[in-house]
Amino acid sequence: MAKIKPSKGAPYARIMGVGGYRPVRVVPNEVILETIDSSDEWIRSRSGIATRHWASEEETVSAMSVEAAGKAIADAGVSPQQIGGVIVATVSHFKQTPAVATEIADKIGAIKPAAFDVSAGCAGFGYALTLAKGMVVDGSAEYVLVIGVERLSDLTDLEDRATAFLFGDGAGAVVVGPAKEPMIGPTVWGSEGDKADTITQTVAWTEYRDGTVDRFPAITQEGQAVFRWAVFEMAKVAQQALDAAGISADDLDVFIPHQANMRIIDSMVKTLKLPEHVTVARDVETTGNTSAASIPLAMERLLATGQAKSGDTALVIGFGAGLVYAATVVTLP
Amino acid sequence: MAATQEEIVSGLAEIVNEIAGIPVEDVELDKSFTDDLDVDSLSMVEVVVAAEERFDVKIPDDDVKNLKTVGDAAEYIAKNQVAK
Repeated sequence: MAKIKPSKGAPYARIMGVGGYRPVRVVPNEVILETIDSSDEWIRSRSGIATRHWASEEETVSAMSVEAAGKAIADAGVSPQQIGGVIVATVSHFKQTPAVATEIADKIGAIKPAAFDVSAGCAGFGYALTLAKGMVVDGSAEYVLVIGVERLSDLTDLEDRATAFLFGDGAGAVVVGPAKEPMIGPTVWGSEGDKADTITQTVAWTEYRDGTVDRFPAITQEGQAVFRWAVFEMAKVAQQALDAAGISADDLDVFIPHQANMRIIDSMVKTLKLPEHVTVARDVETTGNTSAASIPLAMERLLATGQAKSGDTALVIGFGAGLVYAATVVTLP
Repeated sequence: MAATQEEIVSGLAEIVNEIAGIPVEDVELDKSFTDDLDVDSLSMVEVVVAAEERFDVKIPDDDVKNLKTVGDAAEYIAKNQVAK
């Protein structure tokens, strides 16, 4: 048997920089109320959402990603030419192939990096981050760009009063690179395919094409079942991620859960018994639920507004359609 | 020993009080969670999970929608709780 040389990577990995892009158009609840019978008060009390951003025709998945990526690369202090991998987590890029990551990689000026998309719903960022960390530690790439991006307005049924107000558009990006000490903890992740119907696209594209249904596919969910799973099962996963990183809730500075719904966030904080000093991301109020983009967008905003600072220890957890989840402890860039 | 109906109702009252801030004396058998006690669908999930822990009972999502009143919940719990 021929001897294969071991790969040589960095001892550890870290998030070096973060960037976000929110579409220009801000959509208040009043606009949502044009197509559903509800009220601003009801929407706010059930979701905590006051406004969200909806992308224009020009604000494509690729265009928003390029904007966010540019900021993350600048924040990381590296050049686009140093990026050896581009991973894009999304469920709302409507061209099946090629992966949008290749186009984004080309547009940012990276030189022939490994580039691919990841489909893991609202856990997509955590999945992509875990892969990026592996690539850096393995030596497959020195710097990896991780992007979470969605145009969920394209997958929203504006006449469904249970979901019409939930979703938004945007892109968040981070650069993952080498570190001398652990700055991204072990990931606790998994899937529960037996609960696939809990959050799902209503029908397959082919069913729409074939005229089986006349309504364009949209995201639908069983609110109560999702809430129970997100709050109580994900609190256990969050605790496992803390345990895996060898820290306690007292050691945390920041908690960045997927921005699904303020009620889920509030209930998770209560269930996890997070100490009061922990800053909790509540970006959902003005960004809505942006699936794979929500964690990096929330991270960017916490840092930009001074609510969190570089070097803070943050617990991030994504969870969503699949059902899938991913939680890890990171040091903020 | 399984909880009596009286114990179940007073336990539910404490849970509803804790989650939705409703005075315990308002939580009566014929009260509807949503219409009378202002417990919305998401708070109802929190009530259900707290009740599961307190009364050692499993209340699957599919059954939650049938629990309209405090009496419905108390009856469900009494029927399904694991006797200790």
